[in-house]
Amino acid sequence: MIHLLNIDLAAVDWARAQFALTAIYHWLFVPLTLGLAVVMGIMETQYYRTGQEFWKQTAKFWQRLFGINFAMGIATGLILEFEFGTNWSNYSYLVGDIFGAPLAVEGIVAFFMESTFVAVMFFGWNKVSKGFHLASTWLTGLGATISAWWILVANSWMQHPVGQAFNPETMRNEMTSFAEVALSPVAVDKFVHTVLSAWVLGAVFVVGVSSWYLLKQRHLEFARKSLRIGAVFGLISSAIIMLSGHHSAYTVAQTQPMKLAAMEALYKGGTDQSLTLIAGINPFAQPDYETQDEAPLKLAVPYALSFLATNDMNGYVPGIRDILDGYTKPDGTQEPSLEEKIERGRAAIAALAEYRKLSEKGKVNSEKFTAAMSDTATLNSTLSTLNSDISYFGYGFVQDRAQVVPYIPVCFYAFRVMVGGGCLFILLFLIILWKPKAWVYWVSIACIPISYIVSEAGWLVAEFGRQPWTIQDMLPTWVGVSQLGSSAVMITFFLFLILFTTLLAVEISIMCKSIKKGPEL
Amino acid sequence: MKWLRNIWHLYYDGFCSMTLGRTLWAVIFIKLFIIFVILKIFFFPNYIKEHTEEGKEAEFVFRELTIDN
Repeated sequence: MIHLLNIDLAAVDWARAQFALTAIYHWLFVPLTLGLAVVMGIMETQYYRTGQEFWKQTAKFWQRLFGINFAMGIATGLILEFEFGTNWSNYSYLVGDIFGAPLAVEGIVAFFMESTFVAVMFFGWNKVSKGFHLASTWLTGLGATISAWWILVANSWMQHPVGQAFNPETMRNEMTSFAEVALSPVAVDKFVHTVLSAWVLGAVFVVGVSSWYLLKQRHLEFARKSLRIGAVFGLISSAIIMLSGHHSAYTVAQTQPMKLAAMEALYKGGTDQSLTLIAGINPFAQPDYETQDEAPLKLAVPYALSFLATNDMNGYVPGIRDILDGYTKPDGTQEPSLEEKIERGRAAIAALAEYRKLSEKGKVNSEKFTAAMSDTATLNSTLSTLNSDISYFGYGFVQDRAQVVPYIPVCFYAFRVMVGGGCLFILLFLIILWKPKAWVYWVSIACIPISYIVSEAGWLVAEFGRQPWTIQDMLPTWVGVSQLGSSAVMITFFLFLILFTTLLAVEISIMCKSIKKGPEL
Repeated sequence: MKWLRNIWHLYYDGFCSMTLGRTLWAVIFIKLFIIFVILKIFFFPNYIKEHTEEGKEAEFVFRELTIDN
C-alpha cells in the first residue's frame, strides 16, 4: 500500500519563498540587460551610418550602463540551480534529463558568445573595424537573448511538459523530442512575451535617464535623441507585446485553464465571458470560489475574456468550479473532474510501485535464468496502466480541492499590474513623442521603478498561476521538495536576502554614479 | 600569428586600461567566491547524493515520493 507523502509543510513554504526571492532578484538584472542590448545596438548603428563622434559617445554611455548591469547579474541565476539540487531534489532528479540539454546549451552559448563579444565591445574601440565592432555589439545582445531562450524553454516545459516520456526504471522524465521541448507553443509565447517586456523595461529606463538629464539641463542633445529613440523603441515593443500577450493568454487558456481562471477570478465560467477590469477581491485571503458566482464589485469588458481565451467573442471559458467539477470542451471532449484525476493519479502511483516491484523481481529471475512469463505479462499490463495515467500522476498526491487552486488575489492583482503598467508605458511613450514637458520627465523617472514592478508582476502571474505544480499536473510542490527541515532553508533564505540586497545596493550606487557622470560629450 | 598577437593585445590593453571595469570585476569575483565557495559547499549539498549510494538514486526518489506503509 502506498502512503501519501507527509512532510513538514513549513519547509515547502520556505523553499518556495527562497526560490521566489532568488528568481525575483535575478529578474531585476536580466530585463535591463536585454533591453539595453538593443538600445546600445541602435546607438552604435547610428554611429556606423553617420560616423559622428556624438553617436559613438552615446553608444559608449549606454554600453557602460549595460556593462554595470551585466556584471551585477552574472551568476545570480546559478543559485537557482543550487536550490534545485538541495531544496527540490525530487523534482530536480525527475526533470534532470529534460533540463540538461537546454541548460547546457545556455551555458555554452552564454560563455562563448557573450564573453567573446562583450570583450570586443568594451575593449575593441579603435582596435577592430567599425563593422566588426558593431557586429560584436549586436551579437552581445543576441547572445544574452539566446541565453534567455533556453532558460525560458526549461521554465515552459514545467508549465507544459511535452516531448518527454516518464521512465519508471530510471524514475526520470526523459526527452523524446528536443524540437518539441525547444519549440513548444508555451516556450515560443513565453520567450516572445518576456523578451518584449524586457525591451519595454529597457526603453522606460532610457527614457527615464534621458529625462533626468533634461530636467538637469545637461547633455541636452544626447538626452533629447536618446529620449526619442527610447520612446520609439518602447512604443514598437509595446505594440508587439499586446499581440504576444493576447497569444500568451490564448495558449494559457488551452494548456493551463486554472491559471487563467485564477488570473480572472472566474469562479463559474461559460460562454460570452467578460474580462474583469477590477473587482473587490480581498488581497489577503483566498476568495470563496466554491459558493460565489462572481467576484464582488466587478467592472468588466463584455465578451473580452472569451475573445482573449478562444479568439471567439462567444467562446467558452471554464471557471475554477468547472475545472474542479469537470466540463465539456467546445470540441465535445470531456475534461475529467478533480476526483477522476485524483483516482487516475493514484492508479498511476500504484502502477509505478507495482512496476518497480515486478521489474526488480524480473531482474533477479533473469539472473537465475528462470522464465517468468506471467510476470512479464503483468509487467506490460502495469506499464500500460502507468502510461495511460501518467499525465495525472501529480493528482495522486492531492487530498482536497483547495490544494489545486492557485492563490487568486496574487494572480488577479499581478495580472492587472502587468497589463495596467504596460498601458501606462504606451501612454508615456506617446506623450513623449507628441509633446514632452517637464512633468512628463518626472513621470518618466518615476516609471523606472514602476517598470520593474510591472516586469516582476508578469513573473508572479506566470509562476503563482501554475501553483501547486512544479511540473504541470505531474508533480506538486510538496512532493518535489526535499525532506529538509525548514530551519536549513530559512537560514539560506536570509543569506540570499542579504547577498542580493547588497548586490542591488552596489548596482544602484554604481549606476547612479555613472549616470551622474554622464556621457563623455 | 599576427591575429593571435592582436587578440592578446585586445584583452591585455583592455584589462590594463579599465577604470570602472576594475570595480565590476572585483564585485564579480567576490560574488563568485561567495556563491561557489561559501554557499555551494556549506549550504547547498546535493541532497540525493548525500542520502543514497551511487546507482541507487532512482530507488531513493521513488521511496521519497511514495513511502511503503
